[in-house]
Amino acid sequence: MATLELGLEEDVSAAPVRPARRLGALFRLAIGWMMLVFAVAILADMLPLPSPTDMDMLEKRAPFSFEHWLGTDGFGRDELARLVYGARVSLVVGLCAPVIGLTIGGALGMLAGYFRGRFETFVVGSMDVLLAFPPLVLALAVTAYLGQSIFNLTCILGVLGIPAFMRVARAATLSLARREFVIAAQALGATHARILLRELLPNVLLPLLAYFLLVVAVTIVVESALSFLGLGVPPPVPSWGSMIGEGRESLDVAPRLAFIPAIAMFLTVLSFNLVGDTMRALTDPRQGAL
Amino acid sequence: MMLQAAPDPLLRVENLVVEYAVGGKTVHAVSDVSIEIARGETLGLVGESGCGKSTLGRAVLQLRPAVSGKVLFDGHDLTTMQGEALRRMRRRVQLIFQDPIASLNPRRRIGDIVAEPLVISGVKDPGRRSQLVHDVLSAVGLDPALVIGRLPHEFSGGQCQRICIARALVLNPDFVICDEPVSALDVSIRAQILNLLEEMKARYGLTLLFIAHDLAVVKAVSDRVAVMYLGRLCEVGPSEQLFARPAHPYTALLIDAIPVPDPDIRPAETVPVGEPPSPIAPPSGCRFRTRCPRADARCANEVPELRAVAPGQFAACHHPLV
Repeated sequence: MATLELGLEEDVSAAPVRPARRLGALFRLAIGWMMLVFAVAILADMLPLPSPTDMDMLEKRAPFSFEHWLGTDGFGRDELARLVYGARVSLVVGLCAPVIGLTIGGALGMLAGYFRGRFETFVVGSMDVLLAFPPLVLALAVTAYLGQSIFNLTCILGVLGIPAFMRVARAATLSLARREFVIAAQALGATHARILLRELLPNVLLPLLAYFLLVVAVTIVVESALSFLGLGVPPPVPSWGSMIGEGRESLDVAPRLAFIPAIAMFLTVLSFNLVGDTMRALTDPRQGAL
Repeated sequence: MMLQAAPDPLLRVENLVVEYAVGGKTVHAVSDVSIEIARGETLGLVGESGCGKSTLGRAVLQLRPAVSGKVLFDGHDLTTMQGEALRRMRRRVQLIFQDPIASLNPRRRIGDIVAEPLVISGVKDPGRRSQLVHDVLSAVGLDPALVIGRLPHEFSGGQCQRICIARALVLNPDFVICDEPVSALDVSIRAQILNLLEEMKARYGLTLLFIAHDLAVVKAVSDRVAVMYLGRLCEVGPSEQLFARPAHPYTALLIDAIPVPDPDIRPAETVPVGEPPSPIAPPSGCRFRTRCPRADARCANEVPELRAVAPGQFAACHHPLV
């Protein structure tokens, strides 16, 4: 072993090159739109808007005007005000429901992937049952018994999201739990809680958060679909879905009543998806490989 | 059977058996292995892939439960320890892995990774922790100011292995198990890491169990060498003696298989044929008999015990070469 005598010093002083990361114009537009939607939803009460529920039967389906920027709907209610207040419902449900799924599903998935055994079989089995249950039927059943409210709607959509989050968390945990750095932590005498929180969670959180943003987009759509079907928030509270549903009745005379909320929803969902994809690419330490 | 290396060995493994279930079948990973490691000694453990050498290393640390047998570390039996007592004992034994990049959490900073053993073992003062981290990083040849804020993927394999060594040494352990520490590294980096291990051994007064499949590497670093085949020990002896006069036919075949850097020399004709048998159904008697040129009926019936063939050299063979 002549090579053993070599004493080359490794060059540790050279600074590793960080790849330059550029954010596209599309990403900036998506962030801008999301911030606008968030801002108007939060500040809706302070904005100089007419009430979204006051009807004016003399001004049914009024066109764009200085008084009503986006005109009025079939009951003479201000379209812009309904759009802004509708954003509140979409965002509250769209963000809170995935948080429920992320927390419960993520925790279950990590525990199942780390401890394996009977617990994993039980968790995966019960999630399969939940997945097999038709979501619309569950939504119908719950709203029929507990009544229509934003809270109930959020809970239903949150519970329906648990299995998907569980799967993402479990898959990520499974691939990580046999890696040497976890064995190293065990060898150091770390407790299970410490391994789960300090070693595994930081690695599992990223795929979960990337997935979270996609689920936000899907939940906004599902909330709209339920509201469109009359299963969402009760009238007269505006929501994008119910606005599209109400606009459907006058598609022939005033198609904008359905299209304006549809466009708002389309842009919001697209923004969440774009930001989600970019965030994942940005925060992956070794791009494409983990 | 006595493999007494010293009157007061640091580690003493007695009749250790490790088995695990794969698809309803039992894998006999380690079968009745007894070995001792003296304080300050480097014991090389060699064998083919899948012969149980890594399992033996992990069973010493109780990362794999032993079916039977004892692991006496400094007189304390680790197999009967649990919870806090075991955790306290583990701090004196550290592990270095084959894949240096996979053994570092990709999302934690080097400073946190190296400080982790201190946090777990209850060093509360952050100033003291950072002092110890700085010291150990300098000791392994890294500039603490440059590395502590970085993530593992910003380093090469050799640098990651230095970080792993720093993490293993930060608690000032007595015993370090090196599980193929250089097999994932470039040949040019191997020598540096081996030299570093030697240096650290002297500086921290370590005892090493050096697991490898590369005989040349083991020969270079070990005081004594143990050869394993299919979960059993074949031969144990002082490094020089074992390489000069192997007693077990398997050791002889391994040594013959070391490539000679000379194109005119023909490879040895005695290379063992075929794959090693499966550890799910090991052969009766001597486990090497299916590939051994000297095997006879006795080898199929009787399990050979480790017997002294020369001073300090032991072989488990009915027909030893010396």
